[in-house]
Order: sequence, then structure tokens, then C-alpha cells
Amino acid sequence: MDGSTIIFYLLAALILGSGIGAVSSRQIFRAAIYLLFSLIGIAGLFFWLQYEFIAAVQIVVYVGGIVVMIIFSIFLTQQAGEKLPAQRTDRKLFAALAAFCGLAITLLQVFQFKFIGTTAATVPPTVSNIGNQMLGLAENGYALPFEVVSILLLAAMIGCIVIALKSKPQSI
Amino acid sequence: MIMPGLYHILFISAALFFIGVYGFFTRRNLITMLMSIELILNSVNLNFIAFNKYVWPNKLDGLFFTLFVIAIAAAEAATAIAIIINLYRSHQSIDVENAQDLKY
Repeated sequence: MDGSTIIFYLLAALILGSGIGAVSSRQIFRAAIYLLFSLIGIAGLFFWLQYEFIAAVQIVVYVGGIVVMIIFSIFLTQQAGEKLPAQRTDRKLFAALAAFCGLAITLLQVFQFKFIGTTAATVPPTVSNIGNQMLGLAENGYALPFEVVSILLLAAMIGCIVIALKSKPQSI
Repeated sequence: MIMPGLYHILFISAALFFIGVYGFFTRRNLITMLMSIELILNSVNLNFIAFNKYVWPNKLDGLFFTLFVIAIAAAEAATAIAIIINLYRSHQSIDVENAQDLKY
């Protein structure tokens, strides 16, 4: 057992532990902080898998963007120090049962299947490889989805501004 | 403890997915439901990267799908939070039980 294995299990415990905290904590701000640690753990797992670019994107977009936005919206919509109302026990029980059965079925199927890796030469996920393929127009280039995602982001930005605008009272 | 590989990461990813599903079922506050959705999307990202690394290391397709999922998740979170803030302004609450105007 070497250092890499120990780091993997620590990251796994961090991800799952703070994930459970994020869905079960009754103080909403605490739940957001648990979510933050879960996302940091996933970024660490991407580093562990040596996909450094994706790990950096994960930290920048999720930890730096989405969690901060969630915390802002908590400040805008919740009274400070107020706990969420307790959920009905039967609803919790059936939700836990459904989630556990789904997990059991998924894991049974996954562990029965034998994944066979390809033996072709590895393409390292360096930034130059990613950039060349993402903006490439040749075969296997991702230029069209890239443009589609940029239009989607523009549309989402305009939509957010329109939705969140305060409607002015009509002056006669 | 054995050397972690593809199946370990698939276990983490499946467990995180169903933790998110549990949160989505039990939570009644819109922001916490959004947080559960973020957990689900992250488990999917983890799956894409693990398959890309262990099964098809000769391609980068899983990595690109992860990038697109992250971009779309950011757009989705921004839109959802705009809707939540607007709902709070009109109803003074972000509980799904109180947002029933379209129900009848």
C-alpha cells in the first residue's frame, strides 16, 4: 500500500462524507459548505487521475463560481440562523430505500461487467492536445459543439438578466 | 486495501449519484434541490473521466464531454438561481410546497 492508494481512499471518504452532509444537513449554509468540500474532493480525484486541466476547470467553475453563486442566493433568500423544517420520516425512509435499491442494482450490473481497455497508444490529456482537438475542424474535431455551447451560454446569460430584472411599476 | 482502479471510481460515482438522488427526493427547498443536482452532475463527470482514462486512453472524448457538462451545469445553475430569486420576490418563500400557482 503506497501513498497514492492512501490519497485515493482519503479523497473518496472526503467526497462521500461531505456529499452525505450536503444532502442531510438541516442548516442550509452548512449544506452549501459541505457541497464545497465534496466538489473540492472531486477536483482532487481529477488531479489523482492526472487530468490536471479538468481539475483546474472544476475548481474554477464549480468551487469559484457555482458554490459562490449558491451562497449568495442563500443570503438573499433565507433568514440567518433559521433551520430548514424537518422532513417527514416516511418520506425520508422511502427516499433512502429508493436510493439504496438503485445503488444496489447499478453496482451489481457494473461489477458483473468486465471492462477491457484498449491497447492503442495513449493520448496524454495535455492542454495543447485538448486545444487542438477542441477547436479542430478536421475529423474528431469539436468545433461545432464548442460553438453550440457558447451560444447556449450567451442565451443563458441573457435569460438570467431578463428573469431576474425587477419589473418597474408602470408610470402613467 | 487493494490498488484503486476503474471499479473503485465507478463505485464512488454511483454512490455520489444516489446520494444526490436521495437529496432530491427529501429536500423541499429549491436551493438544496439545486445542490443535489450539482452532486449528480459531478458524479457523471467522474464517470466520463474514469472511462476515458482506463478504457479508452487513446481518445479525449470523455474529457470533452466533461467540459461541456461543466459549461451546461454553470448555465443551468445561473438560470435556476435567477428563477429562485424571482420566485422569492413574488412568494416570499422558496419552498416547493408554496409554489403551486401552475398546479390547478
